[in-house]
Amino acid sequence: MTKVPWVETLRQRLFATWWDTAITLVCLYIVWRISVPLFHWLLLDANWSGTSREDCKSPGACWVFVRMRFGQFMYGQYPVPERWRVDLVGILLVMSVAALSWRRSLVIPALIVLPPLGVWLLHGGWGTGLRVVETREWGGLMLTLFLAIYAGLIAIPLGILLALGRRSRLPLIRFASVVFIEFWRGVPIITVIFLASLLLPLIMPTGFDVDRLARAVIGLAFVIAAYMAEAVRGGLQALPEGQTEAAQALGLGYWRIQRLIVLPQALRIALPAMTNEFIALFKNTTLVLIVSIFDLLGIAQAALADPAWVGMNMEAYVFAGAIYWFACFGLSQWSRLREKRLQVAHGR
Amino acid sequence: MRGALRFLRDGKVRDVLWQVAATIGMIAVVAFFVRNASENMVKAGIASGFSFLWRDSGIEVPFNITGYKPSDSILGLLWTGIVNTLLVSIAAIVVATAIGFSVGLLRLSRNWLLSTLAGFYIEFVRNIPLLFFVLFWYFGVLAALPTPRDSMSFLDVAFLNRRGLSVAMPNDVTGFRIALLATLILIAIQIVLARWAKARQARTGQAFPTWTAGFVICGLLPLLAFVAAGMTTSWDLPVLRGFNYRGGFVLVPEFVALFAALSTYTAGFIAEVVRGGILSVRRGQIDAARALGLSPGRIIRLVMIPQAMPVIIPPITSQYLNLVKNSSFGAAIAYPEVVAVFMGSALVSTGQAIEIIAITLAIYLVLSLAVSAFMNWYNSRHRLVTR
Repeated sequence: MTKVPWVETLRQRLFATWWDTAITLVCLYIVWRISVPLFHWLLLDANWSGTSREDCKSPGACWVFVRMRFGQFMYGQYPVPERWRVDLVGILLVMSVAALSWRRSLVIPALIVLPPLGVWLLHGGWGTGLRVVETREWGGLMLTLFLAIYAGLIAIPLGILLALGRRSRLPLIRFASVVFIEFWRGVPIITVIFLASLLLPLIMPTGFDVDRLARAVIGLAFVIAAYMAEAVRGGLQALPEGQTEAAQALGLGYWRIQRLIVLPQALRIALPAMTNEFIALFKNTTLVLIVSIFDLLGIAQAALADPAWVGMNMEAYVFAGAIYWFACFGLSQWSRLREKRLQVAHGR
Repeated sequence: MRGALRFLRDGKVRDVLWQVAATIGMIAVVAFFVRNASENMVKAGIASGFSFLWRDSGIEVPFNITGYKPSDSILGLLWTGIVNTLLVSIAAIVVATAIGFSVGLLRLSRNWLLSTLAGFYIEFVRNIPLLFFVLFWYFGVLAALPTPRDSMSFLDVAFLNRRGLSVAMPNDVTGFRIALLATLILIAIQIVLARWAKARQARTGQAFPTWTAGFVICGLLPLLAFVAAGMTTSWDLPVLRGFNYRGGFVLVPEFVALFAALSTYTAGFIAEVVRGGILSVRRGQIDAARALGLSPGRIIRLVMIPQAMPVIIPPITSQYLNLVKNSSFGAAIAYPEVVAVFMGSALVSTGQAIEIIAITLAIYLVLSLAVSAFMNWYNSRHRLVTR
């Protein structure tokens, strides 16, 4: 009797023994019972066209709700005629990422020029003809991305400095770095966001107001910087001591050794761990909800209170949850792919 | 001139100068902030000091097991918050560990469908924010439960509806206290017995059915004690009066939502830890155990688990710590844990932001430091054992 290869594989992996067969059948039944109603609700019985709640007649999901509120999910209360500015910033972001992966030497100038340009475009005012859009009008996915990117822009350099500080041979610098890292890692992020929004106005000179959104960005950035520092430290520890010693023998100074020899190698090793921390940051941006800043999840939550769309809880959650899931899953897959490619390149 | 500055080229001098400069910089920044803060506080008329802790709180806490009343002090309020934090954390840790270990083991199953489903679960919970799950359970799932009038009843002693889970409570807990004490004593006996059995096996080679004995001593006997305790007391049953159930013990929906979200979310992370730990056991160890003729159950118990545990325990401890810290997400749905009652309600009523923030952070910091101290102790102990 000849064996068909894929049938044989199937037999081995699903029906090897009686016990395996029973488990497989039970699993198949459960999957069937869950996925069929879900599929009906999500797609087959869903309502796609119309303009109001009354147009959702079939028993499935009412995607009309998401369609009608799509602008809010993306931009929050950002004024409609000004939304092109957000799109422009988005396009600039994608283009600059593409340009930077093509030419690495542009990274430092881009990091100095682009972030202020983004804030300037989004906020307006300050000598431009653009209308001022206060940060309390920002919201939705745009705000989520803003929080993650700007907190990340502070957290990554700060984290690298802290990691270097923790391995410094100067005891005071080492001590200060350890205290900073352990303090922010030891407290819940929600308390840090509270802390930033309550304490920052208090410790600034009178008349100097820190923007509500900026407080949240700073709070998030400090916590993530502490976690980033630990990720970078992992990379630094994985580097053989000989690298630094060889550089010292060549007569390079501390900062040059770090910049030219140590960090390029250590960051490459630490990249997967750093990506994980960035994913954690992305997920934790949702916590700004408790200081009444409406990011994607906050907008979904606020939409539940709209009397015109009562009972759209599931639709709002599924839509927001799907965006978070795809973003985080995509990032982690990208990092895994890079890791694998790196291992191949190193012949491991 | 050049000679005068030559000492700057000395590495040791430069080290000292760097540190002095850094210290002065840090002190200057802190002093600047403190000066601003004290100025601003005087201007806003905010009191300082910790005497507010002994004042009456006047804050209602809808869910507490400490017997707290609004006429109690703010210290009492803080204590209630801590107890609520620990309550939801411990419950969630137990369930998250159970789910996490099961999913982690299933992920390694030979059955392709089973391991794929476990993988789906892990990727699903790990890539979505925890706050999403908390809100989803609270506003999506629990809000969809029936009204009190149409509650789901479990043998007429527990009722589930959108106002929470009402459970029958014993009127007299003395019997349960005795049963609990008996259980603790039985556990101590079991530990002594296990030590004795191990020592005897090492000496004479005679095996002792420790696990069977443990099942009877730590499982069956305590169960009997609790059943006996339950028989001796009368019960306060929840009864529908008006719009809701009265009597019994009510688990509020906030607790249920936070507990469900925390345990299912953390389970995804624990599953990955467990998988990694088991995969770290070398294939040769299992082959060698099989060659010695050990049964599959014994291979798992005597070879795999003892070698996987040292890899699993440190990261799992930090997951537990994360869970305790994440219980602060309860503030988003008004579950009365530390952050909600203290950083929220008490701060609003007293206005003493700095003191309250400091106390809250201190509580979490003490907890984190204790856990990392435990981890360091565990790691050093383990390092001594391996060769």
